Parts: sequence; structure tokens; C-alpha cells
Amino acid sequence: MSELLAKEREVVVPGQVLANGIDYIPGNGTYRHDDKVLANRLGILSVEGKVLKTMPLAGRYMPKKDDVIIGRVDDILMSGWRLEINSPYSAVLPLKDASFDFIAKGADLTKYFKLDDYVVVKITQVTSQNLVDVTAKGQGLRKLRGGRVIKVNPQKVPRIIGKKGSMVSMLKRATDCKVIVGQNGFVWIEGSPEMEVIIVRAIRKIETESHYSGLTESLKGFLEKETGKKIEDDAPENNDQKVN
Amino acid sequence: MEKFERPTKRKPEETRPVEAEAGVIKKADGSARFKIGDTEAYAAVYGPRDLHPKFLQDPKTGILRCSYSMLPFSGDGTRVRPGPSRRSKEISLVTEKALLPVMNLEDYPNTVVDVFIELPQTDAGSRCAGICAAAIALADAGLIMKDMVSAVSVGQVRGHLLVDLDGDEEHMDENEAADVPVAMIPSTEEITLLQMDGIVTKEDLSKALEMVKPALKEIAEKQREALKKKYEREA
Repeated sequence: MSELLAKEREVVVPGQVLANGIDYIPGNGTYRHDDKVLANRLGILSVEGKVLKTMPLAGRYMPKKDDVIIGRVDDILMSGWRLEINSPYSAVLPLKDASFDFIAKGADLTKYFKLDDYVVVKITQVTSQNLVDVTAKGQGLRKLRGGRVIKVNPQKVPRIIGKKGSMVSMLKRATDCKVIVGQNGFVWIEGSPEMEVIIVRAIRKIETESHYSGLTESLKGFLEKETGKKIEDDAPENNDQKVN
Repeated sequence: MEKFERPTKRKPEETRPVEAEAGVIKKADGSARFKIGDTEAYAAVYGPRDLHPKFLQDPKTGILRCSYSMLPFSGDGTRVRPGPSRRSKEISLVTEKALLPVMNLEDYPNTVVDVFIELPQTDAGSRCAGICAAAIALADAGLIMKDMVSAVSVGQVRGHLLVDLDGDEEHMDENEAADVPVAMIPSTEEITLLQMDGIVTKEDLSKALEMVKPALKEIAEKQREALKKKYEREA
């Protein structure tokens, strides 16, 4: 007889027994011990039929192929750039993937990206040892000028973006800021200084309240109060930015 | 054997009051405070992150690096000299060995997870408090762990087995109180730390290990509650 011992969407912790009996199947963030299924990380439980999974609440960003991320130029190499990507590992932007221009051998690489520049890039390859290659060629991939970059919990990025980008487009509409959310937890914001401050506070609010229901509504209220203007529902989408 | 009463009127298998809290150090990837009686430990976890010097890197797995340290004003009032000592190095090492069996850092080759444990106040059982705090902090950092690690000491004073000796009890015995810190993985009851200071017979040691299990499971519950409470409070 199998029984579920934790509720769907409950915060579960390592070693917590989630289910008894062999009918439940351990998925990501869970494991089987004898005939029990236990959690092996801090997260929110999701039950999909017989499969138990936990969605992480904390943890660093792990690079994944095709993620669009924001990196900071950390070092300039012989034939490319090393980017800091808010992860245990750094990424390499090779010369051939940096620009559509032809870059001659021995050219001054700082003409393209200087130290401490922020760049929107896409991950092209991740090896088993977590060596990361990225490209700056593609739609929406570019060097960032102006604005500010903040760091957020990478596990909260999907909530900041929202379903089909709904959350981030609401933030943009409310504040008239440009926003790019990197999957690695770097968020670039550009707009008027007052609005930038509001949007940073809104993002911090999403981070701390993301595991509660009614997030969109409470955030809408917050933005309307702070900006002093009404946010219309489903305004025509003019997303210049595509976020996964 | 004469009747024996603990100075604090605790039952032999009763621990001191436990307080645990997760996420106390905001800038760290994970953190926790664990207090048992008058012994209090803070733990902060950073990482997984790049490991330097490079020769320490392991291409097969990430490594765990623990550092245990007592603050100068902790203890009985004689200043604890800061910096590594023979004792603190030993405890850092056994803490690492106690925590490693629940961790899986194979997904993070060439990196390190740093665990810093600081004790602002100590009254015996500090390595156990440190391990408990570190286990909560590691889970708070979102790392893969198959279970918590819970630790408490068990000792023998004047021939009586007692769980979680405090400083007074350690100094009660005319000869020497035996003190046995134990760390356990609650779900499997595997022991990951077992040290002994003083003399205990083989029979008494087995008895002590049985006696300490319920206390360890209680502590594990406190550790789990602490993590859950962090996400309730933010409601």
C-alpha cells in the first residue's frame, strides 16, 4: 500500500520521507531508500502522477546549452574572452563567435569587449567537466551599454520572467524600463533612475515571495502603488526581447 | 549505584533546549544558526565555487572544505586565541568527514564548497553544534544531500551515561568525565562521527550509542523545521 506523506507544493527538505511504498517513482531531487522516496534537496514538491520531483529553492546556476545568459568580461584571452557568469564555472567567448565582423589575428580584442563589459550571450556548448562556450552572434545577443546589472537567485529566474514572459513584460510596461533577464541570474535594467529603483525592489519582492500564490496580483498592486499609474491587462505585446 | 541527578534536572537522555534557524547570513549561499543550551554555532556556506590553488582541484568531484573556529570571547572567559590551532584543525577535519557521506558533489568537478563555522558562545558540545549548523546551511545552499547530519555528545559522569553533557557536567567527575561526540545520518542511522575523550567500557559505549539515537532524531527534526520555517516567514 503506497501513500504520499507530503503535500504537493509543500517545502520539503533533505532526508524528508515523501512517500511510502514502491508505487511512487523518484524524479529530480528525490531518491529511493528501501521502499521509501526521500527528498535530497531543499525544494518544492511536485507530484506528476506517480513521479515525485522537487523544484529547487536555492542553489547556484548550472550552465545549460542554449540558455541566454548575461556575462561579465573577466579576462581577455589569446583568442577570445573569459566571462564570469554567476556560476561555479566561467564561460569562454571565442573570437569566431564574438562578432559578425572579421577579426584579424592579433587584433586588439578590447575594441570589441573590454574588461568589465556585460554581454548577452547564448551557451553553445557545455562539456562533462563544465567547460562552457558561448556565442554573441544571434538575435538579441549584444554588448550591454548603460543601465545596471543586478544579481538574483538563479532558481527564481523563471518566476521573474513569468509564463511566456508575462511577469517581465508587466515590469517593463509599468516602469518603461528595458529589462533583460539572463538565465544565470544576472538582470540588466535600463530606464530612468527612479524607475530602475522601483524595478529592483519589485524583483527582490518576486525573489522572496515567489513560492506563494497570487504573486502576479500582489506585484501588480505594488507596481501601481509605486509608479502611481494603472497597469492595463494584456497590453499589446511589443517584446523586443525574447527570453526563453 | 547511588542516585544521580543532573545539575540542570535533565533526564539522562534529554538534550539541552535546541534552537535552529536557517538563512541568517544573507550574503552567503546558505547559512544557519544552531544553539543547544549555551553552545551556539553559526555556519555559512559559499559555493560551489572556483577552487584555488589549482592543485587542490579534483576533476572527478567538487570538494568540501570546512573551517571551525571559536570566537575569542567564547568559552569560559580566557581569551581563545584566533587562528588555526591543533584543536580547531582537528575539528575542521572531522566536521568535513562527518558531512561528506551525505553530500554528492560529483556534478561540480573542480570546485569547492566552503563551510565556515564560528562559535560565539561555547559550553561543551561545540563540534556537534557546528556539524548541526553546517548541515542546515548546506541544505539551505540548495546542495544535493541525501539527508541531514545530526550530532550530539553522549558522556559518562561518575558511571552514569548522560546525553549532551554541558560544561558543568564535564567538570563534575573527580577522575575524568568521558565525552563521546556522535554524528549520525538519521534516515539510515549511519554514524559519521565518533570520537572519544576519557574511558568508557565497550558495553557502556554500545549502550550510549543506543541511548543517543532518539536525541539525534529529535535534533534532525529541529534542523528540518528550521529550513521550512525560513520559507514560511517570508509569507
